[in-house]
This record gives sequence, C-alpha cells and structure tokens, in this order.
Amino acid sequence: MPSRLAALALTLLLAAAPAAAFEPAVVFDMGGKFDKSFNEGVHNGVEKFKAETGINYRSFEVTNEAQREQFLRRLAERGADVIVAVGFSQAPVVEKVAKQFPKVRFTLIDGVVDLPNVQSVTFAEHEGSYLVGMLAAMASKTGTVSFVGGMDIPLIRRFACGYEQGVKAVKPDAKVLVNMAGTTPAAWSDPTRGSELAKSQFDRGSDVVFAAAGTTGLGTLQAAKDAGKLAIGVDSNQNHLHPGTMLTSMVKRVDVAAYNAFKTAKEGTWEPGVRRLGLKEDGVGWADDEHNKALITPEMRAAVDAAAAEIKSGARTVANYSDADGCKY
Amino acid sequence: MADAALWLLSLLDSTIRLAAPLVLAALAGLYSERAGVIDIGLEGKMLAAAFAAAATAAVTGSAWLGLLAGIAASCLLAGVHGFACISQKGNQVVSGMAINTIALGLTAVLASAWFAMGGRTPSLEGAARFGEVTLPLAGTLSGVPVLGPIYADLISGHTLLVYVAVAMVPLTAWVVYRTRFGLRLRAVGENPAAVDTAGISVPALRYRAVLVTGVLCGIAGAYLSTAQGAAFQENMTAGKGFLALAALILGKWRPWPTLAACLLFAAADALQTRLQGVPVPGIGEVPVQLIEALPYIVTVVLLAGFVGRAVPPRALGLPYVKDR
Repeated sequence: MPSRLAALALTLLLAAAPAAAFEPAVVFDMGGKFDKSFNEGVHNGVEKFKAETGINYRSFEVTNEAQREQFLRRLAERGADVIVAVGFSQAPVVEKVAKQFPKVRFTLIDGVVDLPNVQSVTFAEHEGSYLVGMLAAMASKTGTVSFVGGMDIPLIRRFACGYEQGVKAVKPDAKVLVNMAGTTPAAWSDPTRGSELAKSQFDRGSDVVFAAAGTTGLGTLQAAKDAGKLAIGVDSNQNHLHPGTMLTSMVKRVDVAAYNAFKTAKEGTWEPGVRRLGLKEDGVGWADDEHNKALITPEMRAAVDAAAAEIKSGARTVANYSDADGCKY
Repeated sequence: MADAALWLLSLLDSTIRLAAPLVLAALAGLYSERAGVIDIGLEGKMLAAAFAAAATAAVTGSAWLGLLAGIAASCLLAGVHGFACISQKGNQVVSGMAINTIALGLTAVLASAWFAMGGRTPSLEGAARFGEVTLPLAGTLSGVPVLGPIYADLISGHTLLVYVAVAMVPLTAWVVYRTRFGLRLRAVGENPAAVDTAGISVPALRYRAVLVTGVLCGIAGAYLSTAQGAAFQENMTAGKGFLALAALILGKWRPWPTLAACLLFAAADALQTRLQGVPVPGIGEVPVQLIEALPYIVTVVLLAGFVGRAVPPRALGLPYVKDR
C-alpha cells in the first residue's frame, strides 16, 4: 500500500512539472557569489530575473579548479536552457563543454569563446578605469596614486592601464604605483596581502588606491579606511562598504549582462557572438551615490562627465592594454 | 638617502606585522612538539580561532571577548587533538590533518549560515577590533634623528597582539629552559619512559602542552581577523600554519632561532610586495613572477642548504604506552 501511494505521488509530481519549463543556470567563479564585487554583480542580475519572472535558476559556486568543468557539464547534461559562466578562467572549460552540448546556450562573462552556441560578453574596463583614474588624480593631494590588482593577467593589466591613462590625463606628472597580489587564482582571496600592498603604497606617498582584486581588494579598502586614505572599489558599487573613504567604484554592469542573458534566452532573442560593453553601452561607469557625495566636487564631476561624453562619441580614445600588447598610449 | 631609509622602515614595519601570527603559531607548535605531539593542525586551529574571534567581536562589539572566544575555539580543537593522540594513542599526523579539514569546512559553513555573507563575517569597527597602540613618548621622540623614527614608526603603532607575540619569545625561552614545567616538557618529548619512572604523569604533561598550543594558536587566529584584518574570510590563514611549522623546523624547535625563521619568511613576503615593478640597482626591473616566488625560493634554499640537520625531539610522533 505505501509503495503504491509513493508511486501515485511520483506520477503526480512528474505530471505537475511542465514539459518545457525554462531552466536557466549560472556558475559563479572563485570568490563566491557574495564577494561584494564581480560575482555578486552577477548574483544581483540573476536574482532580479528571478524576482521579475518567478523562474528559479540553478547555481554553483566554484571553489577549486577541477569543479569548473564538473559543474558546467552537470548543468548541460541536466538540460539547462542557458548557462551563464562567470569569469575569464571558465573560457577553456566553456569551449570544451559547449562543443559537446551544441544545443545548450552558454553566455560567458569576461571571456571570449568563438562557437555557434556561445555568447561572449566582455567589458571595456579601460574606459571605466580611465574615469576613476581622473577622479583619483583630482582627489589626490600628494600627486601619487596607486593600483592593487588581483591575479597578474592581461584583464587586470587593462584596468591598471586605463587607470594610469586617466590619472595622467589630469596630472601628466603624477606617479602611479601598480602592484599585483599574485600569479595564481589564490591572489583573488587574500585580504591580508591586499592590505599589506596598500600600506606599502601609502608609505611610498600614495593617497588614493584603486583595488581590482576580488576579496583581496576588500583588505585594500579596509587598509585605506584605517589609514585615512581614499579607495576606489571595483565591479559592483562598493561605496557603501566604507562611506567617507570610498572615493567611488569602477562599476562593471555584469548584473545587466547576466540578466539579459536569461531574459533574451527566455524570449528567444538570445544570440551568440561577442558583445563588448563600454561606456557607450552603459556597460562600465563610475559609482555616484549618497556614500561618496561629499568626496566628489562639482569640478570633478564636470571633468569626468565631459571625458565620458568624449569617449562615447569617439573624440577621445583610451588605449586597451590587450590590443596594444603593453600599456602604450 | 631619506627615501631609502623610509623604504627600509616601511619594509621592517610590514615584516613585523606579517611575522606576528607566524611567531605565535610557531611557538604554539613548539610547546606541543617539544612534548612529543606532532601538530600539523596549527592552520586549522588558527582558522577556527579567527572565525570565532571575528564572529564574537561582530556580535558583542568587543575585541577582548572575541579574543577569548578565539582562544576557546582553538583550545577545543587542541583538546580533540590531545584526546586522539594522547588518550587514544592515534596517529598524530592524521589527527592534525583532520582538524585542518574540519576547521576549513566548518568555519565557512557556519559563517554562511550565521551571517549570510558568503563565508564572511561583518566588518569590525572601533572597539570590536584591536587598534594600534601608540607607545608613550612616540610623538615627542619622533623628531630625534635615526632613533626617533625607528621608535615612533617601527616599534610603536602596532596592535597589542603584536607586542604579545614579541613578549612570547623570551617568555617561551624562559619557560622551556628555566622552569620545572619546561624541563619536564622537554623530557617528555625525548624520553617519556624516564618521566613516567620519576612518577610524573606523561598524559597530564602532554595535555598541558597541547592546551598551551591551543591558547597561542587562538591568539594568532584572533590577530588575523580582529587586529590585522577586520573580518573573517574563508580560508584566511592561507597556509600560515604550515609556514609556521616550517619556521619551527628551520629553528630546530628552539624559540630564538624559530623567531629568526619567522622574521625571515615575513621579510621575504614584505620584500616581494615592495619589489614589484621597482628597478633593482644593477639588474633593472626583475620579472614580477620571480619576485612573487621569492618567499618559496628562500625557504627551499635555506631548508636544503644552510640550516643543517634539524633533529626533532626523540619521542615526537610516538604515543606513550606504559607497559610495553
């Protein structure tokens, strides 16, 4: 009797599940979905989709290298409709899995894979970094500003290069100190290292630091608060973390990218290919809210807005580290 | 010249900050290992303490309560290690490894469950954190040439726990070599049978040693999350427990040489953050990858070439069985 009941319940359950439910999924990168930065941006985007449509999504948080492929493959096997893979380090795995599951749609954020079922979303980080670089130069009293990067890769060099150009555009004789936390993925999650790097830069005269380093960067922002220096956050708006010492944040709209991937896939307008989101597409920008209102003067705002308009119209170009094979401008 | 002096001062300052947790953890290991109990669980105990300290400080707003909670958490794990190794005569390496694994998983899970910030605790402010201590006269003496800046910038201005770490070295040297407890501690690590014959309980002595290890690891962990940092983050010890163990072996299980080894590791780490992208006189700009590998290169070269034979306590790793 109980077994028959169970069988009945199972039948009912199966019948209740709609035949073609839309099943989106997301694989977060190292650092986790609450890193207050890159991954959290994606998390916010997919949560917004969930709130609007009521459609739940599957998600995985990668905690070691081997899991990337495991998770992607498992989601593809379960028949997910669209899988958002977060982070450049997932690119090789997306390429491998996307070939084996040609019917599954993949959206790769921050990396490029050229396959008919992969949509690659990249950002013009150098444009956003240029703007915060200008703000840093205008806010600096010592004429020395600095940058703390996570893992030493071309993507992070692109941030550093754009930042440097922005600084020099305002103060050609300003000094820009650049440090990277490491060369392995562990460089994204070492707040102690982030704080030590910032302190060493403050000792060398820097009074504004831009951290593009995941969780490591949180240590940098904390060090700036402790030392009474200014800091610039990255990816998500991090101004609220330490109001008063957060000059601004270089915002990368990964939330929009993730949201759009789910939404277009659901509506059937999802398209493969590479899309590059810059200032013009509102893909990058600087955070301007109540937490940093006191630090941004009208002159600073005017200068940055003017530069942003010029970059959008093409009148001013920011050199891309990845294009130029080095920071040449 | 002034630039170079400032650079050196900043380097040494950073060395002290980075060495403090290593010193505390290495001395913690010294007590346990001198008593004959291998402890590769320093990492796990520090991590558990870091979490307990940050979580308690975040909830109560008191760094001191956080420190106590950190010590309690670390002692609890030390007690488990002691029970497995001393009472149950289990394999000490396996027990230590188990403690590392438990601490890594448990802290992340508890942090996620309690604070819902993805394995992190809230940022600490004000009294919830150990602030920098300015030593008396630091301001007035800072104008004195050479010694002034050294006193004001290098010696003054660290958190209290750094001074605790510094004080721990002579204290440990005194306890281990000059007290009755120290003599018995060393004896029980070399020849427990002799200690037993003298009518002293081997398990009781080893339990005491393991608990001292717990207390010191607790302070080291609390330093990471409530003094140097301002929150717990998943796996924030990042191998410091193992580095401390390496320093202990490099220092041949003696307090002062162990301090030297800790300072060396910390200096290599501080140096590598400062040499990035800076041209070295006579060589030019060194590739950043090479600089980042510096601490590891120093360790390997020293371990392989310069230190000579490190002889561990003779009974290290052997559970004491009375009637064999």
